[in-house]
Amino acid sequence: MPTKIEKDVISGRDTTGHEWDGIRELNTPLPKWWVYVYLATIVWALGMFVLYPAIPLGTRATTGLLGFSSRAQAMAGFQEMNALHATQMQEIGRVSFADIEKNHDLMEVALTAGRITFANNCQPCHGPNGEGRIGYPALDTDVWRWGGSLDAIQQTITHGIRSADPDARNSQMPNFGGDKLLTPAQIEDVADYVMTLYGKAKPGVDTSAGEKLFGDNCAPCHGAKAEGNRDVGAPPLASRVHLYGDSRAAVVAQITHPRMGVMPNWNHRLSPATIKAVALYVHSLGGGE
Amino acid sequence: MNVSHPKPEADVAPPTSLYANRVRVYPKAVDGPVRRVKWLVLVLCLGVYYAVPWLRWNRGPDAPHQAVLLDLWNERFYFFNIELWPQDIWFLTGILVLSAVSLFLVTSLFGRLWCGYSCPQTVWTDLFMLVERKIEGDRNERIRRDRGPLTFDKAWRKVAKHAAWLFIAFWTGGAWVMYYTDAPTFVHDFWTGHASTSGYVFTLLLTATTYLLAGWAREQVCTYMCPWPRFQSAMLDENTFVVTYEAWRGEPRGHGKRLAAAATAAAPLGDCVDCNACVHVCPTGIDIRDGLQLECIGCGLCIDACNHVMAKTGSTPWLITWDTVARQTAKKSGVNPSLGLLRPRTLIYLAVLAIGSIAILTGLMLRSTIGLTVAHDRAPLYALLEDGGVRDGYTLGFVNKTPRAADFELSVVGLPGAKLILSEISPKPETTATVPMPADQLRTLRVLVQAQPDHLVAGRESFDFVLRNRETGAKTTYHALFMGPVSHDR
Ligand code: SF4
Ligand code: SF4
Repeated sequence: MPTKIEKDVISGRDTTGHEWDGIRELNTPLPKWWVYVYLATIVWALGMFVLYPAIPLGTRATTGLLGFSSRAQAMAGFQEMNALHATQMQEIGRVSFADIEKNHDLMEVALTAGRITFANNCQPCHGPNGEGRIGYPALDTDVWRWGGSLDAIQQTITHGIRSADPDARNSQMPNFGGDKLLTPAQIEDVADYVMTLYGKAKPGVDTSAGEKLFGDNCAPCHGAKAEGNRDVGAPPLASRVHLYGDSRAAVVAQITHPRMGVMPNWNHRLSPATIKAVALYVHSLGGGE
Repeated sequence: MNVSHPKPEADVAPPTSLYANRVRVYPKAVDGPVRRVKWLVLVLCLGVYYAVPWLRWNRGPDAPHQAVLLDLWNERFYFFNIELWPQDIWFLTGILVLSAVSLFLVTSLFGRLWCGYSCPQTVWTDLFMLVERKIEGDRNERIRRDRGPLTFDKAWRKVAKHAAWLFIAFWTGGAWVMYYTDAPTFVHDFWTGHASTSGYVFTLLLTATTYLLAGWAREQVCTYMCPWPRFQSAMLDENTFVVTYEAWRGEPRGHGKRLAAAATAAAPLGDCVDCNACVHVCPTGIDIRDGLQLECIGCGLCIDACNHVMAKTGSTPWLITWDTVARQTAKKSGVNPSLGLLRPRTLIYLAVLAIGSIAILTGLMLRSTIGLTVAHDRAPLYALLEDGGVRDGYTLGFVNKTPRAADFELSVVGLPGAKLILSEISPKPETTATVPMPADQLRTLRVLVQAQPDHLVAGRESFDFVLRNRETGAKTTYHALFMGPVSHDR
């Protein structure tokens, strides 16, 4: 409160009457309209209080006359997006791969949907970016057991490999060791030969016996040049990329008691359109044919 | 009616209000050299402001044809042959910094020239006052009419004035929007109802602010709202030329026989005849004879007013003049003053200005029209291929800063036998890839680089992506890393 209005001796102006440690403040009055602007902003604020959610009431707040809620706004946005995506996904399910690839917007939606679906479903085995790991094939390389075209990938995802689906991709590698089709010594010989295919031949090792055994036992599926056979999912062995590792011990183990991976059929979990989207995404990882 | 801010009268009881009624200012018309320069600056500023959006500039078929265009929507700024991208925004920052330093320099030399002559607030207020004078007459007529009762004459003049103001304000607001969108299109769309909502909103908003600030608030903006006056006082010193009343020869002021008779040879009357002409023309309504004040925008109109009076009384003109405190002190004691323009403060501002300008010009000249950014995939670092080859994935950003579409050529140097795969363009591995680039755009593509790893030392090798614009020959390289397996006991 102003205590003593007086005139300042030097400037001859009024003081506000405020005094702090002997320092007095000159009165430089503010124009009234300026104050009215302040008042107007307060009136404006009152309007906001009435129209919008404002006063906290413990666990909730007043809702305001407009019934505005940022959550509802966000949800409306989501719904709008979902509706848009629903039509776009329908389109993806309807048209051919070639048509999707020609349509930039559709392709973008497909790749995004594919990426998210992949992260939720495929990543545990194939790795976050399809790089694979021992026993689970990499999807970003040019080695494919069952084919790397869009149609082949779509087929694999839909029906799975050695899954319960009647249309699953199916094949069996003979149990050469367990069923005594080959003796342990023969298996060692085959392994020596296979190591030459892997590009890891030990110098001075005679592989002619192994090569002969390979021709008789393995070539029917893996091919005479060990180039693999996609009809039966037999991987190429003349390669640098190997599902179960490239050590000699791994080769011996595989011939003796073959491991054969299982991939679930996704047709009972994902819609055909989503599977197409995943196929497009996997195809884009770098290995697509 | 009081034209200057109320001065305390010793015998009036002290008012206690902390709020004051607005003191209306009725500036009087004045003519003279200062006023003519001020008109010239006003015409120049307004001319530039209203005309610039209409200047055309041919940038070829793929770019806008407006010479000055701040295309916020497409994130491009165009200034004649210069085109700025978001990453070039530092040019604007630099220009603003240089503008600030220029302002410091000018202010420390010649006071508030910016305020008095080129500030939009001053320019539009001046224009609005001119309109007011044309419709309502000069100072005395306006005062008389404002005090008088509401007559038809008063009513139509007020209505006409505000209509004219609103028209100018509207034109001003519209011109502002034209800097952000194609001017002819905007005008057409505006009147056919097809302009964007933001176009209408900003036009109306700026119409309102122009009308309110230049018509109603006027000097109140300078006195109460604007930070510049506070700021500029820091640039003034005793060597700054400011509008100054030469009190040493003006005082004691006065006129009339009685005062003249009272004056003696030992204490003659000063040159100031106390006619208040300087006060009446002042757009902020102050009395310059009270010395330098916060409210004074340095327009110099009081100088013109006073010179007329000095001519009539036969005294030396320029009783009110531009001068420095130091020179005035010297003159008072009859010493010949020096100009004092070169002093550490001005020299430092000048140096900063020069260095900054050179830096910006160099930057502008060396600015590249081609850009390339490379990001290696974070995981997997590489993929092994059937034949033992290695393939790395990258995300490349291509930038074409020219207004023409062109084929860009991407190649790899330092990685023997390397092949590029740009699956979005062609799935075939090739040594040199062609990337069609649209005008003025950037494009992000995934690029796979495939090579034999024989020469990889410790699983990595550095190499260069080289990008070249086939049309202009502009070239850029990006130093990147190729990764592969660390070692193979093959
Ligand atoms: S005080 Fe501010 S608004 Fe007034 S003339 Fe100067 S810069 Fe412009
Ligand atoms: S005192 Fe003179 S220079 Fe200052 S604002 Fe008034 S007319 Fe302009």
